[in-house]
Amino acid sequence: MQEWLLTAPSFLWLAAFFLLPTLLVFFLAFRPADPYGGIGPGWTLNTLKALGHSYYLDIAWRTLWVSLLTTAFCVLLAVPTGYALARASEKRRRLLLMLVIVPFWTSFLIRIFAWKSLLHPEGLIKHVLIAVGLADPQTSLLYNTGAVVLVMVYTFLPFSILPIYAAAEKFDFRLVEAARDLGARPFAAFLKVFLPGIRSGLVTAILVVFIPALGSYVIPDIVGGPRSEMIGNKIAQRVFVDRNLPHASALSVVLILAVLAPLLAILVLQRKKDKEKPRVIVPEDA
Amino acid sequence: MKRSRFPLLIMGLVLLFFYLPIIILVINSFNASRFGSGWQGFSLIWYRRLLHEPEIWAAARNTLVIAVLVTIVSLILGTTSALALHRFAKSRLQRVHYTLIYTPLVVPEILMGISLLMGFVAAGVGLGLFTIFLAHVTFCISYVALVVLGRLQDFDFSVVEAAQDLGAGWWATARKVLLPMLAPGLAAGGLLAFTLSVDDFVITFFVAGPGATTLPIRVYSMIKHGATPLINALSTILLVLTFTIVLVSQRLSRSNILEGGV
Repeated sequence: MQEWLLTAPSFLWLAAFFLLPTLLVFFLAFRPADPYGGIGPGWTLNTLKALGHSYYLDIAWRTLWVSLLTTAFCVLLAVPTGYALARASEKRRRLLLMLVIVPFWTSFLIRIFAWKSLLHPEGLIKHVLIAVGLADPQTSLLYNTGAVVLVMVYTFLPFSILPIYAAAEKFDFRLVEAARDLGARPFAAFLKVFLPGIRSGLVTAILVVFIPALGSYVIPDIVGGPRSEMIGNKIAQRVFVDRNLPHASALSVVLILAVLAPLLAILVLQRKKDKEKPRVIVPEDA
Repeated sequence: MKRSRFPLLIMGLVLLFFYLPIIILVINSFNASRFGSGWQGFSLIWYRRLLHEPEIWAAARNTLVIAVLVTIVSLILGTTSALALHRFAKSRLQRVHYTLIYTPLVVPEILMGISLLMGFVAAGVGLGLFTIFLAHVTFCISYVALVVLGRLQDFDFSVVEAAQDLGAGWWATARKVLLPMLAPGLAAGGLLAFTLSVDDFVITFFVAGPGATTLPIRVYSMIKHGATPLINALSTILLVLTFTIVLVSQRLSRSNILEGGV
């Protein structure tokens, strides 16, 4: 009785505003659109079939590799940063951690805008590049896929540093020293001892970047060009420009499945690992 | 054994990468130049112009009203949820409940935005400030619940039992024992909900409809249609406000929500 009283408010709210609407998206993907921006009568598979068109395949492919590239850059930068944070002295660590966390709290749009003005034809970076001779006045730094990846890395990097730091903090660095004593080169010790030691943090870091990256919409919208659109942009266009809700739903279903795939893969791998080593508990950080 | 300086170097570059764009934006907000391409002298002209932008102020008022209401409602729903999850941790219902609380955190924002929009359209609810409020509560519940749950897991429940043994009723126990112990967690969860609501753009944009404007929606349309230095000034004000909130929340709670991330 008491359990229901405490559970019902949040349970019913999320059932009504999260679970049901998500199911509705699946449902609407099989309905036709009417010409007035509403939902037509009957059922159809045409919307889903239309997604097989090469135009959409291009966008799905781009969404995937832009997200993968962003994740790779984030992890490559986050691992040394998390390592340095975990090895810093207690006093310095508090300050450094604060410095990593603050950008994570600042407005998402402001951070994108800051880059838009830096990359702008009249902006600072262009002037510096021209002065150094790395760019000519015709080079466009904005409205291309490179700018999209750069700003995505900027936005998601704090998210990937935190789980790696959390795992590195628990890591026993004497293991690395032992490896060195036994003759391992520094980089080999890092690769074969440190990285496996922070595995759970790495997995979390990859997921917290890759999943939101797949759903990116604002960043390609502001700093990307027509040739750097991602699935998110198409969903938004179907909603705001064409008013075709079934089409937007079908695209969302594809995105949901794309997000579920890495999550399920991790879950299956984790299960398998647990079966092999039943007594090892993998700490989860996020 | 000499330690490699390479990680330190990368960390330094990463911090530079984080702060340089923000610092340049703040400096440019005091720049008299219209395009920010060169320094044309210190000026407060963009801040003064901001005073004469009634649309921005109306949007800011909407944002604030929504954020306050969202904070209150999501604190109530998130706290009851955390209490249930903690108290009845073993029950099957709570396992489903936990999944329901956790999943919104991993779903990309755009999916939540579109599904809420479909839901409102299907239910015939007119889009506007009210639907923005409903949507914000939906994503804030999970954050509040997890922050409060973290706090609950730290504390000693025998105190609650002691109070009840000593004859305190349900209400007296809640008010005199549970609430003071939970206060730091509630403050942290509330601030998190407040900042998330003030900041949200993607979900808000989907459920706002044509008329309703919040500050992020206003900022977005300013960015899209001609980036004037007004945004620099507005952003600087918002940055100062966020930093203050982060510092206050750090002081209020020694809990680890800041370190825990998402």
